[in-house]
Amino acid sequence: MLSRVADGLYWMARYLERAEHTARLIEVQLNLMLDQSAYSADQRWRRILASLGDPKLTTEARDAQSLTYALIFDRTCRSSIVAAIVAARENSRQVRQQISSEMWEQLNRLFHQVRRADLEEGWDPQPHDFLLDIHEGCHLFQGITDGTMSHNEGWQFIQIGRHMERVMATSKLLDTHYREFENDEQAHLEWIGLLRSCTAFEAYCKYYTADVRPDRVAEFLLLNEEFPHTIRFAVDHLEAALQALPDSDGRCVRVGRLAGRLKASLSFAQSDEIMSQGFNSYLHSIQQQCEQIDSALRQAYIDYPIESALTA
Amino acid sequence: MPANPLPPPFRQYELDDAYDEMFAPDQAVRAHYDTLHQRLLETPVEEMRRRKQAADVAFLHQGITFTVYGRDEGIEKIFPNDLLPRIITQTEWSKIEQGLAQRIVALNLFLKDIYHEGKILSDGIVPREMIYSCKHYRRQMKGLDVPKDVYITVVGTDLIRHPDGRYLVLEDNLRVPSGVSYMLTGRQVMKRVFPELFRACSVKPIEEYPQALLQTLRNLAPHGRTDPTIVLLTPGVFNSAYFEHTYLARQMGIELVEGRDLVVNDNILYMRTTAGLRRVDVIYRRIDDDFIDPLAFRADSILGVPGLFNVYREGNVTLCNALGNGIADDKAVYAYVPAIIKYYLGEDPILHNVETFLCSNPTHLSYVLENLDKLVVKAVGESGGYGMLIGPHSTKEQQEDFRRKILDDPRNYIAQPTLMLSRAPCYIDGQVEARHIDLRPYILYDGKKVTTVPGGLTRVALRKGSLVVNSSQGGGSKDTWVLHDKE
Repeated sequence: MLSRVADGLYWMARYLERAEHTARLIEVQLNLMLDQSAYSADQRWRRILASLGDPKLTTEARDAQSLTYALIFDRTCRSSIVAAIVAARENSRQVRQQISSEMWEQLNRLFHQVRRADLEEGWDPQPHDFLLDIHEGCHLFQGITDGTMSHNEGWQFIQIGRHMERVMATSKLLDTHYREFENDEQAHLEWIGLLRSCTAFEAYCKYYTADVRPDRVAEFLLLNEEFPHTIRFAVDHLEAALQALPDSDGRCVRVGRLAGRLKASLSFAQSDEIMSQGFNSYLHSIQQQCEQIDSALRQAYIDYPIESALTA
Repeated sequence: MPANPLPPPFRQYELDDAYDEMFAPDQAVRAHYDTLHQRLLETPVEEMRRRKQAADVAFLHQGITFTVYGRDEGIEKIFPNDLLPRIITQTEWSKIEQGLAQRIVALNLFLKDIYHEGKILSDGIVPREMIYSCKHYRRQMKGLDVPKDVYITVVGTDLIRHPDGRYLVLEDNLRVPSGVSYMLTGRQVMKRVFPELFRACSVKPIEEYPQALLQTLRNLAPHGRTDPTIVLLTPGVFNSAYFEHTYLARQMGIELVEGRDLVVNDNILYMRTTAGLRRVDVIYRRIDDDFIDPLAFRADSILGVPGLFNVYREGNVTLCNALGNGIADDKAVYAYVPAIIKYYLGEDPILHNVETFLCSNPTHLSYVLENLDKLVVKAVGESGGYGMLIGPHSTKEQQEDFRRKILDDPRNYIAQPTLMLSRAPCYIDGQVEARHIDLRPYILYDGKKVTTVPGGLTRVALRKGSLVVNSSQGGGSKDTWVLHDKE
């Protein structure tokens, strides 16, 4: 497979995962704003924006409505839904002959849905239905991808992109929450909000009952191995997809080692040890390791120097 | 106008001096259109509408698009397709086929000669300055040997039908002809929409084109490369024919690459894959000469591959079509094609040219200047309907403007009589009406064998009265049926 194509599939998946993540954050935020809480909506927005890490976005001189609008429709903002979907579509256009027609059609549909909503006048400041459509559209795309594309190398690159984005997004979100509410008994609603932002509320309740406690939420989102939106789950799948890449000449030894180490460290981690050593720094180290995996992946498959490939 | 109005749904059908594909001048239906004509009379309006809808939906879903330049997104348009097939008899087709084969072989010999000894120039058949003044002449190709001496691999020749019924060659497209994907996908749709008509007419199949193209490319691999890697080189998603590039690559099962996927090392060409560098042997290139290698041609090109031309010169990669072919489909050189055929093959041309006046010839020039209001004047280096004066539809100022331009640079202009393209039945808003059409057959050549798919792309000017068949200007396409001879 062409390196450019592998890269395109990887980014297509990452951007779609990003669109879905942003949609969920907005949805939860709008929902929380309806409840009385000890915490101002303003702080919450600040936290969301910090977790998205987009330098263009600040809460200054912006009300909830304009922030919501920006996070959905502002193309210049990297993590907005529309920017992510446009980028995903551009990437898929580059690799059009590698993905199934059904995938292309679904992504196109999603793109037109967002564009249409932007063109409508009198846009609804509580766009629950619209956000729901985005979720469903992204889920449908994943289902179509699994059902209509060969589970070959290209498919593995899609899995890698998706889970990479998920690890990064979830760990940043968890990071900003934990920093603020680690020892706060009042923050009950905020922790529920965090779980919902990862669609993990129900799964958490089944595991720990509805007794929402900060250390348990943190542990669940970090270490639970069964729920798809936890960091551990995503890392496991990331590692599995990397292992599944064809490797005839040992080019992926380094990337395999990095991913294997991260996976092992999460598999054998003890939550009390992590907490005592500093939860936030543990999350940072995960992010760093993911960045290393990403760059090792590029060096092995995409941007490798010609000389090394010729001597191999 | 006809003496008797035709029955519905032909009420609006125009018949005049133009050759009509379905009706003879006396309004009798030509034999090979009988089945279709009968079907059109019998099929209820609603039923036709339903089939038209089915065809449109099929085109939409297959994403058969072309790109319109100038907007940042949503730039793909659905390619308009007419519901009714254009029908050609086996007898007519055999003659077209022979004529095209003759022309391709002669033009290929011409290119080899031009880039080697230049005998045809020494013998004074084609003027030397005409070649060296052509902007598509590539001095880099001088003395370079291409595999099996094949310059022209893929051709899409434009034919029109004269009012007297003869097919004439309007243009030889020997560089990067496009449109074959519309021919192939259009056929798929028609089969779905009119299965019973297909059976009744015994239409020759065209589906083998991608396979034939692949085989042709394979036959032209550099010497000693027995299992060649073949790729299709595209300028990228923003090219107007990107749909076609992806379609053909998929149909042939080859990689669709962009310039940035390819690297040159030690005069070998590679593509960058996830499994490392893989050697590339044959490129079906859909990028113009100028952009193919910034080191050899336009330095500002970011679409091409630095060093590719050196690999080509070393014979380590085959480019199809070869570079520098533009010299043979230059609009002024076109006038010499009959002489070229005679010179190399000793035969008379089977397919004739449209009468052409060269402004570089003083006698022709004075005739052209006197008749600017009747002729079509074309700049030789332009294509796609640019740089053209259509005499009968022009103003005095436009004519004066062209007079100055012609006198400034006579070599750059030719003139032809205003041509009445033939007309064929089209399904327009529930009626069957006549529209002007041309024909672009697709021809493949590997040095031994000329392969022509029966039919080709019929382009149609969907606007009433229009003679412009370009898709960017309201043109569409039609499925083209060549019939088996009836037993």
